[in-house]
Amino acid sequence: MNLLEVSGITVCYGNVDVICDVSFHVKKGSWLMVVGPNGAGKSTIIKAVSKGVPYTGEILFNGRNIDRIMQKEYARKVGVLSQSHTVGYGFTVEEAVRMGRYAHRKSTFSDAGKDDEEKVDYAIHTTGLECSKHKSVLELSGGELQRTFLAQVLAQDPELILLDEPVNHLDLVYQKLIMELMQDWTRKKDRTIVSVVHDLSLAKAYGTDALLMNEGRSVAFGEIDTILTENNLNLVYDMDVSAWNRSLLAQWQS
Amino acid sequence: MHPAEYAALALITVAVTILCVGAGSVEITPIDAFMAIWNSVFGKTVSVSDESIRSIIVFVRLPRVLAVGIVGAALSLCGGAIQGLLRNPLADGSTLGVSSGASLGAVLALALGITLPDFPLGGTMVMSMIFAFLSLCLILFLSYRIDRSLSTNTMILMGVVFSMFANSSISLIIASVGEKARTITFWTMGSLAGSDYADVLVLALTLIVCGAALRSCTTELNAFAFGEDNARNVGVNVRRTKMTVMIATSVLIGVCVSAGGTIGFVGLVVPHMTRAITGPNHKKSLPFSMFFGAIFLMLCDLVSRVIASPKQIPVGVVTSFIGAVLFIYIFGKSRRMK
Repeated sequence: MNLLEVSGITVCYGNVDVICDVSFHVKKGSWLMVVGPNGAGKSTIIKAVSKGVPYTGEILFNGRNIDRIMQKEYARKVGVLSQSHTVGYGFTVEEAVRMGRYAHRKSTFSDAGKDDEEKVDYAIHTTGLECSKHKSVLELSGGELQRTFLAQVLAQDPELILLDEPVNHLDLVYQKLIMELMQDWTRKKDRTIVSVVHDLSLAKAYGTDALLMNEGRSVAFGEIDTILTENNLNLVYDMDVSAWNRSLLAQWQS
Repeated sequence: MHPAEYAALALITVAVTILCVGAGSVEITPIDAFMAIWNSVFGKTVSVSDESIRSIIVFVRLPRVLAVGIVGAALSLCGGAIQGLLRNPLADGSTLGVSSGASLGAVLALALGITLPDFPLGGTMVMSMIFAFLSLCLILFLSYRIDRSLSTNTMILMGVVFSMFANSSISLIIASVGEKARTITFWTMGSLAGSDYADVLVLALTLIVCGAALRSCTTELNAFAFGEDNARNVGVNVRRTKMTVMIATSVLIGVCVSAGGTIGFVGLVVPHMTRAITGPNHKKSLPFSMFFGAIFLMLCDLVSRVIASPKQIPVGVVTSFIGAVLFIYIFGKSRRMK
């Protein structure tokens, strides 16, 4: 059975359709890469599935319409990493990560339990934030902030993770670390990921399925190798994608 | 939660209350003031000379000081909650124009003679609350239409414009009502000087109810610090939190304004100082703000009574002098942060 089933969704900002009649589905344990040029509507798909924008059409999670799932219950099953982050007051990194456990609390008055603390510690450890966990979020670099919010999603411990540019702001070391960590999650723990990425090589290396978008419409959807083909990519990006990638790689041959 | 911290705060608050009750045109030592309250509470009979002191303390000063303390606590709580909700360290009932809106409501009630049966102050109170809430909605709606990110500058500008509009409307009403103008003008000057125990009771009950409502939102307010989207993604019911905070703060500001007029900047200054001590966690900063707010406003009220004695200046004048300076300081600091 499909964990996520999206059929015919359309999102408008004002009179403009940002995405129009997009359908796809995600199997449990798979990693769907949403790819396409700037302005293709990739992030809007993440927003719609995370209940962040109004849409028409139907989104089913585990066979249930997501409109009918309470926010708190939904947050226990679906975690989201957004592209941009807002930071208001000087909470510490640890406090920010602990907010990922909000949906797992029994009531507003109960404090974090032992299980919560273990998940928070694990999330901080795997994202390499141990040294900066008492730092104020106002003092973090872009990469540290990105890892903090990623740790928040990990602490949330969801079945489905929606990632909008997960390795944005991250250097190569953390790009590799995070992508491998995520891959581990899908393989060993049978969790599911939908992510937006710009780097087509990363998409091809880690994804199992792909949704290729252009100008708000779905161009192709299916297993990654059948979608990220030379023909499809050249059409969507309006350039010779493979030649460009090969020329970049050629810099390293001596 | 550290019970010891709260016990210490409560003790300081009580001490300041007694100090404020004692000071005034008739000097009474804190010990005599304390004894007068103690004797009244436990119904002990006292000598004739003590009796005159007792009546000054119990019927004139104590209700006023209590009302001032509760208003200080309420306004600071509101300021802290609104600042959390909007991620804006300069947001407050007075800077956003909510207090002016509430005043407009109360003045309308006075001018049109709106009262509730059996409850003479009810009309101004209810109108204040309704107008406070409508003002908050209008200001947020307009700010949002102009600038979707609800930046500090947009909201403060909107508050300034709205305050000017509300104050002009009040002037217009005063100019056109004829003989009621005296009552209304007197009311707009804003003072808790004539407070009695009925006022104290209404203020206290409102603070308890709205305080409990805001207490139930502290974790959610913490999540708002990382943006509404992030709050929703970790499972916060964003709409419900917003509505709870907006209604609770509007009711509190409405009741405070109808009891004592607009007392500006308390809700701005106190939560800011509190966060510097407690950190940003609302679980701690909101209750601390209440204690600090009560102490702060009682001391401001003391200054307003003593500084030009035997004349009294409105407490709002004192808070505005302090608030104006701190506003510029916080504004400069928050600009540098970006």
